[in-house]
Amino acid sequence: MLINLADSYFSAANGGIDLEEMNENDPLVVLIHGAGMDRTVWFQQTRFLSHHGYRCFAVDLPAHGGTEGPPLETINEMADWISSIIERLGGPAHIVGHSMGSFIALATAANHPDSVLSATLIAVAEGMPVHPDLQTAADENLPKGASFIAGWGHGPDQHIGGNPTPGLWMIGGATAVVENSKPGILSLDLSICSSYDETLLQAQSVKCPTTLILGSRDKMTPRRAAQPLIDALPNPTVVDLEGVGHMSMTEAPEEVRQVLVSNFSNI
Amino acid sequence: MVEPDAHKFDTKSLHAGQRPDPVTGSRAVPIHQTTSYVFDSVDEAAALYNLEVGGHIYSRISNPTVAVLEERIAALEGGVGAVCTSSGMAAFHLAVATLLNTGDHIVSSQNLYGGSHNMMTFTMPRFGISTTFVDPHEPQSFLDAANENTKLFYAEVLGNPGIEVLDIEAIADAAHSIGVPLVVDATFATPYLIRPIEHGADVVIHSLTKFLGGHGIAIGGAVVDGGRFDWAASGKFPTLSEPYDGYHGIVFTDEFGPQALSMRARAEGLKDFGACMSPSNAFYLLQGIETLPLRMQKHVSNTHSVLDLLDRHDAVEWIRHPDHPSHPDHELAKRLYTKGSGAILSFGISGGREAGKKFIESVELASHLANVGDAKTLVIHPASTTHQQMSAEDLLTAGIGEDLIRISVGLEDPADICADLDRALKASQR
Repeated sequence: MLINLADSYFSAANGGIDLEEMNENDPLVVLIHGAGMDRTVWFQQTRFLSHHGYRCFAVDLPAHGGTEGPPLETINEMADWISSIIERLGGPAHIVGHSMGSFIALATAANHPDSVLSATLIAVAEGMPVHPDLQTAADENLPKGASFIAGWGHGPDQHIGGNPTPGLWMIGGATAVVENSKPGILSLDLSICSSYDETLLQAQSVKCPTTLILGSRDKMTPRRAAQPLIDALPNPTVVDLEGVGHMSMTEAPEEVRQVLVSNFSNI
Repeated sequence: MVEPDAHKFDTKSLHAGQRPDPVTGSRAVPIHQTTSYVFDSVDEAAALYNLEVGGHIYSRISNPTVAVLEERIAALEGGVGAVCTSSGMAAFHLAVATLLNTGDHIVSSQNLYGGSHNMMTFTMPRFGISTTFVDPHEPQSFLDAANENTKLFYAEVLGNPGIEVLDIEAIADAAHSIGVPLVVDATFATPYLIRPIEHGADVVIHSLTKFLGGHGIAIGGAVVDGGRFDWAASGKFPTLSEPYDGYHGIVFTDEFGPQALSMRARAEGLKDFGACMSPSNAFYLLQGIETLPLRMQKHVSNTHSVLDLLDRHDAVEWIRHPDHPSHPDHELAKRLYTKGSGAILSFGISGGREAGKKFIESVELASHLANVGDAKTLVIHPASTTHQQMSAEDLLTAGIGEDLIRISVGLEDPADICADLDRALKASQR
């Protein structure tokens, strides 16, 4: 659906519930996608949360998915945008970010503490260096960029399959999401990720509860690369998912749903 | 530049979609011969019914054995998902019924399997869906035939029975230029020989009964969702981009993005129309796919042996196979089908209909039946069988003369296949 924001609109999935029918007393949840992706990477969580007592919105960042407008060029700009979304939707909110989205969630929690009830960071690390071949493929808008992300982004189990949603091929789904992104967006997002070096600084400013969901087989943000951030955050909860790669929302959807609901209900 | 991290085609043929059973350790795919699945709780049942979580409810909608086959086909084709059906025709119908409504229009290649031609000519009009048939060699012919109600372009990547080669990218570009998808039937090719999604096709239909199964023991079909077509931006597909009351106002493109077609085809199409695949058939078809790469190599090499025989035979008037230099699409085939363009060929027999009849009745190793893609060599006379519902004019348009014999080249020793065909050809001339 498209939701008005000032003089423009943003796109979000919310389980198909009319905004007018939502209970304003239900906790607000905002899901933030990663580089070159869009709201639909959360399809295993969005609809479930929306029908289980949350006002859940998986948003498309500007120039991603169904949201128009020029792309934002820094993590802090994206955090400001998320804060405005939260205000529009009647926040504060539990925010959940994946990969680049976890940087955005962290920055939102640090820069806009009144907007955030909790921050869950999925597939996060102190920094996100980007393989030069991936950056080159993205710069040239080659389909190979999507294949790199889908290939490195999933643990070994999902390279075989066994999707909990019958008939869907997870690697193919991730490839298509990234391939379908607008030209130049993946390139920009990746360069934003690789140049972002404020995680430890931001972590010191975070006051809300934080949870990190980390896959043991994550090649893009390896488990060990999250440790400096874990050490810098005040009392984070760390959930390690064995055998899971970079895409735990789709690779381990039930585990992620359980962690989110458990965290939200404890706050 | 490094290569993306992904299993190769042969590995996917064996493994995609199935990890060993966590309870029993079963290495082979188990046959889940069950109609239904126990829910852990009322809440879980409600979440499954409301598409909030993935899982199985009832085997008309999904089944664990069938799901392995669906993932495997999607992986081999490079799609985002697949929905298996009771037959290839059911797959074609599922794709059309998921995307189109009364009043909609299809532009289709005229060179088709007779059953598909029949469905679009006689059956779909009863439901208000019309079709215009065009020459698949001309992208402009598709565009010229399109109107404001056109919702998809349809073609076979290798036509039946003339084995016309579709320039997938050209037709896809034409379709996309007017905001509609290209749906292709890739039964004759299999993903081993070509993966149409990589060339721009949006949906791939298969009769799994043929080369993918390969053994001629199980009927089945599949709709493969390419996941690249922007259904919402097109504005022509309300079944995917507008609220569906059948699931409390769900908008499939909002929720599932590139998997919207897969999800709607299952949630509505299998649920309401019910043309599901049985778990036993899925198991049989999986056994075939495990050896697809090896079989297709042999099918193609045997086909080349048969082409050599026909090429020098006095009883043969003409040969129709894209790997043969006489085929009008030979150059296109060389570009698109680097591993060969399949194992189905046709030829014209000297002496026309009577000689054709003698040939069919003289083969001893090859089987005369209405199928293709079996491990065994098959022969048929289309004008009197598979395409017999077509008028003389339509037969001519589709390039099916009374002298046309179709061969589906099997996996027997090529010397034995050629000896049998040679004997029957000689007999046909007496």
